[in-house]
Amino acid sequence: MDVELRDIHKTFGPVRASVGINLSIPAGTIQGILGENGAGKSTLMKVLSGFIRADSGEILLDGRPVLIHSPADAIRHGVGMLHQDPLDFPPLRIIDDFVLGRAGGLFPDRSAAAQGFRMLADQFGFALDPETYVDSLTVGERQQLEILRLLWWGARVLIFDEPTTGISAVQKEKLFAALRLLAEQGKTVLFVSHKLEDVEGLCHRTAVLYQGHLVGEVRPPYETSKLVEMMFGKAIEVEARNPCPGQEITLSLKDLSVEDYRLKVRGLSLEVLSGEVIGLAGMEGSGQGLFLRSVAGLVRTVGGRIVLRGKDLTGRSYHAFKRHGAAFLPASRLEEGLATGLNLTEHFVLAEEARGFLVDWRAARQLAQKRIEDFNIHGTPTSRVEALSGGNQQRALLALLREPLALLLLEHPTRGLDVESTIYIWSKLKERCRQGTSILFISSDLEETLHYSDRVLVFFGGKVTSPLDAGGLTSEMLGQLIGGKGAPELKPGKAA
Amino acid sequence: MRKSLWIHVAFQLGALVAALLLTTLILVAVGAPPLGAYASILRGAFGSSSNLENLLISWSPLLLTSAGVLITFSAGLWNIGVEGQMVLGAIFATGMLRSLQDTGFPPALIIALGILAGAVGGALWAGVAGALKTFGGVNEIFGGLGLNFVSTALTIYLVFGPWKRPGTGSMSGTQPFDRTLWLPSLPDMQLSPWSLALSILAILCVFLLLRGTHFGLRLKAVGKNSKAAFLMGVPTWQYSLFAFLLCGAFAGLAGAIQVTGVYHRLLPNISNGYGFLGLLVAMLVNYQAIWAAPVAFFFASLNTGSVQLQLLYQLDSSFSGVLQSFLVLLVLLGEGARQRFLKLQWKPRWMRTPS
Repeated sequence: MDVELRDIHKTFGPVRASVGINLSIPAGTIQGILGENGAGKSTLMKVLSGFIRADSGEILLDGRPVLIHSPADAIRHGVGMLHQDPLDFPPLRIIDDFVLGRAGGLFPDRSAAAQGFRMLADQFGFALDPETYVDSLTVGERQQLEILRLLWWGARVLIFDEPTTGISAVQKEKLFAALRLLAEQGKTVLFVSHKLEDVEGLCHRTAVLYQGHLVGEVRPPYETSKLVEMMFGKAIEVEARNPCPGQEITLSLKDLSVEDYRLKVRGLSLEVLSGEVIGLAGMEGSGQGLFLRSVAGLVRTVGGRIVLRGKDLTGRSYHAFKRHGAAFLPASRLEEGLATGLNLTEHFVLAEEARGFLVDWRAARQLAQKRIEDFNIHGTPTSRVEALSGGNQQRALLALLREPLALLLLEHPTRGLDVESTIYIWSKLKERCRQGTSILFISSDLEETLHYSDRVLVFFGGKVTSPLDAGGLTSEMLGQLIGGKGAPELKPGKAA
Repeated sequence: MRKSLWIHVAFQLGALVAALLLTTLILVAVGAPPLGAYASILRGAFGSSSNLENLLISWSPLLLTSAGVLITFSAGLWNIGVEGQMVLGAIFATGMLRSLQDTGFPPALIIALGILAGAVGGALWAGVAGALKTFGGVNEIFGGLGLNFVSTALTIYLVFGPWKRPGTGSMSGTQPFDRTLWLPSLPDMQLSPWSLALSILAILCVFLLLRGTHFGLRLKAVGKNSKAAFLMGVPTWQYSLFAFLLCGAFAGLAGAIQVTGVYHRLLPNISNGYGFLGLLVAMLVNYQAIWAAPVAFFFASLNTGSVQLQLLYQLDSSFSGVLQSFLVLLVLLGEGARQRFLKLQWKPRWMRTPS
């Protein structure tokens, strides 16, 4: 089926996720949608699949304009989407999951469904037993199930959102073979990814998004350097770098290993000097988040040692890390960082060490007023945190940190903030560095990573490069490393 | 700010009026004169000094359960088990009085120990729900509900089994205690100033705890966002568990007061729904302890006032529950509507931006 998107606009508050996107995809094509995190890939795909309604714009299928207001509308028109996390029902059997959601009668026709399931599975060479339970499947197999389900529902346009995250190389090959088969059958495949290698190896054509704009369409043969440049935009003029590492070792990691259900980071060793800034680069979910949370004591390590200012904290709780001078700022400010419903004064009281039984509200309000001024927060001591803008919430989070700190761990400290706020926040962070605080931060902004880090660790699928001197890196080299294409002189692998 | 306050008041008043309208409809439907019924509720609550006394007698346990539930609400916990915690308080108090009544200890000491035992019993029962939640991953609503049934069964077992009256056990409860073990009441009255004072003290304590202390603020932080509270250094599960224990202690006190100050024995229906009613009060005041006292007073007056409906209009006295429930439902509904109204998120279909 031919798909055409015309002048799609979508904004979320101040964020412009899609700005006048025009894209036309003929049937039988594998269309790549490439872009960094937050470039607007998922938003655009969710518009097409009915999860989000665009503010304006038109969707045409086979040349006819259609209204898609819900995923059910989308599938009626033959558009189905595979989400990054499979939307299935782990406690159900495969066959029940397969039947679920399909319209028709009070009693689902299981035998017909089972027959259809086997036929489709054979076609693609998927070895799935319809009687097993979904929760016994791997992520790759769950994707296969989703593909079969969408096809059985009559999908002729299939959208894959980052399908190669968390599946094995073998399963990836199988997936790619299935996608090519789909295209041969005349189905339209949209392949959303930030992985250059996957896009280059699979897609007939690729559209690149950057900050909500469609910056261009590329056909094979692909030129990696050009894709990287389009993906990350033009380099911004940067001010002088300002490194200030001291002499003592703040944090020492020895052979650290940490894992979750989809990723393993193995044998990472690192010594961080006081005042040093280490940037953790990599696409979301490559292991940097897991690593950062393990250094905060929030995720239990499975091997190795964490020594903070000479104190071995391996296996201790987050609160022990906190007592020894580590602080962690989460990326999701309102979900994890701030308590919705409480005001700024109450937050400052919570963050400070409690003295006595009763709260001294007068002193607390004075403290809040002072910090609000110091950190240039647009709000009052009685402002509830949810009423603040994103930038002000981030400033508030920084203002909540105690002094002095040995180690500051930040997840996307400036995500979603405007340039002014970003510069302000980094000036505050650099102040901390000059006082001897070491910083580890995750960012998906290459310029930010290069500009503010002294050294950079690049994560890809749980693998980590050795610490790279930020001064010797360009955004292009970093972009390639992030996309899993190791520049030969840098040799990604186990960290030194 | 001003304007949003007025909107708030308007929505609350609207809810009250709507609740009255709905109850009036029901009164009309069952053939009772609405005005007459409301008047008799008022008379039943405030009409005579003995009515007023009954009102205060039922205000006390309601204040205690409301005080307890406010603590768990602040910690973001739906302690449905408060009813059973009150029952366990009554059982523990009865047990303590029974085991000490023949020892010759001073009666005041026995009563004090009985009340203390009630608080401990309630706290232990709440601790079970809390431990199930914290360590077993059992939602406190399910845990509490299950424990409520167990507590009822336990009471009936005790009343008809080990603690039965001489002869055969009966629904009227265990053998009443000797008058010396009754919580002292005012002369020629049933109202005990001790229980009244204790419950007022309890609600004051909770008010101060939630408003002025680090403990209260941390508890609220856990309730509003336990992840953020944890990252800010609050030991979250310990706080949740402690909230359960405190709430249970207050509920247990309520049970102990029913035993020592009102019925002077253990009854199968000793909790009389005060636990659930406390939940309604806490929901209605929306975490603000300062309003719990007047709202509990209002609810207690409905309870005592509606007793006469039975005689006058053949309406069951549980009719007050209808009005109370309507009120809570509509206030919660009004709150939801207000928030939508303020955010202006909700627009009729025709006002939404076309796509």
